[in-house]
Amino acid sequence: MSALRARGLRKRYGALEVVSGVDLDVPPGACFGLLGPNGAGKTTTLRMCLGLTHPDGGEIELLGEPIPARAREARRRVGVVPQFDNLDPDFTVAENLVVYGRYFGIPEHQITERIKELLEFAGLGAREDARITTLSGGMKRRLTLARALINEPQLLFMDEPTTGLDPQARHLIWERLRRLTQEGRTLVLTTHFMEEAERLCDRLAILDRGRVIAAGSPRALIAEHIEPQVVEVHGNGHDAWMERARSLAPRVERAGDTVFVYTADASPVLATLRGQSELSYLHRPASLEDVFLKLTGRDLRD
Amino acid sequence: MPRWVSVWRRNFLVWRKLFIASVLSNLADPLILLFGLGYGLGALLPSVEGMSYMAFFAAGTLCSATMFTASFESMFSGFSRMHGQKTWDAILYAPLVIDDVVAAEIVWAASKAWLSGSTILAVAAVAGLANSPLVLLALPVAFLVGLAFAAVGLIMTVLARNWDFFSFYMTLVMTPMTMISGVFFPADQLPRPVQWVAQALPLYHGIELVRPLVAGRLPEHAALHVAVLLGYAAAGYAMAIFFARRRFST
Repeated sequence: MSALRARGLRKRYGALEVVSGVDLDVPPGACFGLLGPNGAGKTTTLRMCLGLTHPDGGEIELLGEPIPARAREARRRVGVVPQFDNLDPDFTVAENLVVYGRYFGIPEHQITERIKELLEFAGLGAREDARITTLSGGMKRRLTLARALINEPQLLFMDEPTTGLDPQARHLIWERLRRLTQEGRTLVLTTHFMEEAERLCDRLAILDRGRVIAAGSPRALIAEHIEPQVVEVHGNGHDAWMERARSLAPRVERAGDTVFVYTADASPVLATLRGQSELSYLHRPASLEDVFLKLTGRDLRD
Repeated sequence: MPRWVSVWRRNFLVWRKLFIASVLSNLADPLILLFGLGYGLGALLPSVEGMSYMAFFAAGTLCSATMFTASFESMFSGFSRMHGQKTWDAILYAPLVIDDVVAAEIVWAASKAWLSGSTILAVAAVAGLANSPLVLLALPVAFLVGLAFAAVGLIMTVLARNWDFFSFYMTLVMTPMTMISGVFFPADQLPRPVQWVAQALPLYHGIELVRPLVAGRLPEHAALHVAVLLGYAAAGYAMAIFFARRRFST
């Protein structure tokens, strides 16, 4: 049985259908990533899975409960880390957790016991009585994560969990999320941060214009959709060089003043670059970001 | 315990932390007005409807202060929780629904309003303006007035797109209502059509209940006045839920 299963999800706002027939399957214990450019329908899909936004069509089952009919029952066993922090600014760190635990009807003594454990987990052990306004962005995000764990959820939804954090804070969150999957919890996260998806997720779905355009493990998506090697070239004369490269590789693209060459064998391409002092280049294995850009295009989404 | 109680307790905890500023703003204004205006006008008007002007005005102030506290809490503070701080969003990730949040916000605003009303009553009693034990019946009335205005205020909140929205309700509804409902002077000296308008609004009925109690008499048509206040509270609650669901689940 899936921890989360959606079939044919649809949501329309006025003339715009933001989610048009999305299917999702998240096995228990998986870390599932929902990727997509801005406006792809990620957040709306998450909200529908939680029973917060009512879909115009389709079926959802979350931890065995039909959504939205029994969303409240399902949310007893679910945690949520939203995209924008909505901690209570009038409360201390510990008070935020106490008040949140009450929303779940957790007895007071149990909440008090959990708080120590959760603050330890979030690396906020000494900050129990700190006011929210004195916390850094990374601390707030970790506290939001701790808050989402107050009810010991089986499944955790996270909407862009590391957006806006510095690398140190981001790595700390990643490490904690891995710990949660090791404890057997199911994670569903949205991100447009490919490195995050590649590091954390064992299954992905790429969402664009309200549809799932690709799904699978990060490795499978790279193997299936893109040539294994990439050469990025920029500098004076990249235009002329690009014409030469076209005969040597199956796919050559330009974005601004950088040429991207995708190929199974980069050696003939690299040979043409040796001795070219005007051009600098980078030879690297293909990544999820290359898949993402190939499938969703390089145009800006606002 | 009903589910909404945990949300009420959240608001109560914030209030407890900001106790002094909150109580000051809710009580200082009406009490200054009561004693300032009451003292000055009371000297000119020895008696209104068989009671001293101070006592007459104290009954009106009790109701209008309750109305203002309930309205400010449900509108400005409620909007800040709903829109600015996104506190409602966080609550809705838990096993609570928007109906629970609406119920909690209305009862909370009414609770805070009741505290304003009952403190003014206590001050009036200490000042010798209300001597009959009947005046204790004004306590549940104050809660009912609070519920009615909290419910109507919350409709405004769940419809509001920005802060300016509330000034229409404040300026066009609440201020004129205060003038025609008998807070400062008896409503029956107003032209008939204006009286009809006042009678269709909740503040008038709150004052019709509280003023006789302050004078030591049982109010006439008490059931009718209570029914109007309950009607505003119930209809306001239902409409606030309707618009809140529309705002939050589409």
